[in-house]
Amino acid sequence: MDLFEYQGKHYLTQFGIPIPRGVLATTVSEALENSAQLGFPLVVKAQVLVGGRGKAGGIRLCHDAAELTREVERILGMDIRGHTVERIWLEEAAEIEAEYYVSFTLDRGRKQHLGMLSREGGVEIETVAAEDPAAIARLRINPVKDFTREAIAEWVDGAGLAGSATEALITFLQNLYRCYLEGDATLVEINPLILDRAGKTIALDAKVTLDPAASFRHPEWGEFSENPIPDPRERLAKQFGLQYVGLSGNVGIIANGAGLAMSTVDIVDQVGGSAANFLDIGGGANARRMADALSVIHQDEKVRVIFINIFGGITRCDEIAKGILQAMREVELRCPLVVRLDGTNAVEGRSILASHRQEWLKSESDMLNAAKRAVKLANTS
Amino acid sequence: MAIYVDRNTKVVIQGLTGKQGRYYGLRNRDYGTKVVAGTNPNKAGTDVDGIPIHATVAEVVSQTGANASFVIVPARFCKAAIYEAAEAGIPLIVCVTEHIPAHDQAEIYQHLKKEHPGTRMFGPNCAGILSPGQCNIGFTPAEVSRPGPVGVISRSGTLAYQALYELTEAGIGQSTCVGIGGDPVPGTSFVDALAAFVEDNETRAIVLIGEIGGNAEEEAAEFIAQHVRKPVIAYIAGMTAPPGVKMGHAGAIISGGKGTAAAKMETLEAAGVKIARNPTDIGPLVTSALS
Repeated sequence: MDLFEYQGKHYLTQFGIPIPRGVLATTVSEALENSAQLGFPLVVKAQVLVGGRGKAGGIRLCHDAAELTREVERILGMDIRGHTVERIWLEEAAEIEAEYYVSFTLDRGRKQHLGMLSREGGVEIETVAAEDPAAIARLRINPVKDFTREAIAEWVDGAGLAGSATEALITFLQNLYRCYLEGDATLVEINPLILDRAGKTIALDAKVTLDPAASFRHPEWGEFSENPIPDPRERLAKQFGLQYVGLSGNVGIIANGAGLAMSTVDIVDQVGGSAANFLDIGGGANARRMADALSVIHQDEKVRVIFINIFGGITRCDEIAKGILQAMREVELRCPLVVRLDGTNAVEGRSILASHRQEWLKSESDMLNAAKRAVKLANTS
Repeated sequence: MAIYVDRNTKVVIQGLTGKQGRYYGLRNRDYGTKVVAGTNPNKAGTDVDGIPIHATVAEVVSQTGANASFVIVPARFCKAAIYEAAEAGIPLIVCVTEHIPAHDQAEIYQHLKKEHPGTRMFGPNCAGILSPGQCNIGFTPAEVSRPGPVGVISRSGTLAYQALYELTEAGIGQSTCVGIGGDPVPGTSFVDALAAFVEDNETRAIVLIGEIGGNAEEEAAEFIAQHVRKPVIAYIAGMTAPPGVKMGHAGAIISGGKGTAAAKMETLEAAGVKIARNPTDIGPLVTSALS
């Protein structure tokens, strides 16, 4: 669950991390009104859940009300890599003395937490990693051990933050780790972390991703659950509790199990087609779930054919076949279905489909042939 | 033969009194798995279809000699359940529960490693472990399997079932099917399971089913190149997955350009592994490797 910058900053403050003063605005008049609390110059920052907003012109320094009006009018509603700007964060302009980079995330390979600290702040860390890997000090933290101030001081020295292992910076990093750990974030990234001319350590930006699996112990996360999902297909899938990822092709996909669903998207690509989505219908694959899945896919106007790829394990293929026929009665179809049933009672399942064979239901026993047939239908219908 | 679990494995089910626990627990028992007890402190003294319920795992271990635990409790209770099993001396824990917070997963892994080095955990979010004809712990539909010489290791449940089915249809049985799970920090990795299959004399070929995200497949490739002399056939799902998006499983995500299916396949192929282009190629590739 990704947070907007302003939400991420607010989250940081709950762990004692200093951020610049700022206010939120969703209209020009609100921006003008709220700017009085900050004074000029101030920075206008588009709030979108995607990187690269600076380059896209989503961040501007404003010196007076006229400039603020102009920039807010321009930025509100602009499209940044498929995300429409609906919220703007106004922030006091910082006086930057030095810019650093810091982040905490999970190192899956080593099964420990990973801290990354660099004196090269304010630029993309991927660029730093590629051009000057030595400029990033990596630190592994064992989750069953304490993260001591001594370890942090050593880390700061190792990153070559010239004489900056001040108490304030160490406290900042300690609190940021707490925010990551106790705050159940899978990523906290501060780029840049700045020292200002008054010598204060401040988080000038914040990228925070929370672990949705931990929401049971964070009732305060409720406020974030209403963050917009830009893709309307994904919004509907979420309502139905289906695992769905929108893609850009014209072959709708329904499969049971995340692995098989991924594999189905792949095989469609292999035979020259392009999937419209990833959709994992889950273990049971009953008529209700199937109807919900068909509704979600139907919302996608690009879809020309729906490829249902089911492996029947505990839920037998004959039950699944009945579920598909039931779902077809509930949802008005506007494109053909290609169904591949395999696994327990596959033969019985296929014969149920065959006995109800209609114009719009094609059954194939093999995944590759089913994919070929679906792609052919998608490209000719 | 088989790895990790066999006909002598005695299983306690933490969560047997829940709906899912009862369903899968009884399926496992009916398959022939020695399910000796379930636990639930509030229902001690009762039973689930004849399987006695005890208050604690320690009690079950002392009374029955249970040597494996099937953890099927809600995510928020998993950490405590796993630690309870480890403290009771259970050497093998299978956790099928999905949505355990990532930080808890890392903590569980490091805690077991430090405090209970003799305990091996499978999962979380894994399909379970099956030694056909002997023992089944978890979700795997044993009806698509049969005993034989092929070891299967998979992050995904359904793709493992597909592989079992293909092999069985081709007349080739399996020694053990190990689900390692689709989460970021699995207790048992491909490398662990590969090492166990190398030691197992009756396993003659190994099927490895991976997916995007992390570097477990790359580690497996390195291990295979150095230590595995049996044929290995691999399939990796997620060739066309866009970066930065979770494909169903919490662990199936390409981040920072790392963990792509193409890179994994290339690394495995360089280690001498035969790559299946789609899941239904696994059967024929194993058949030709064994002949």
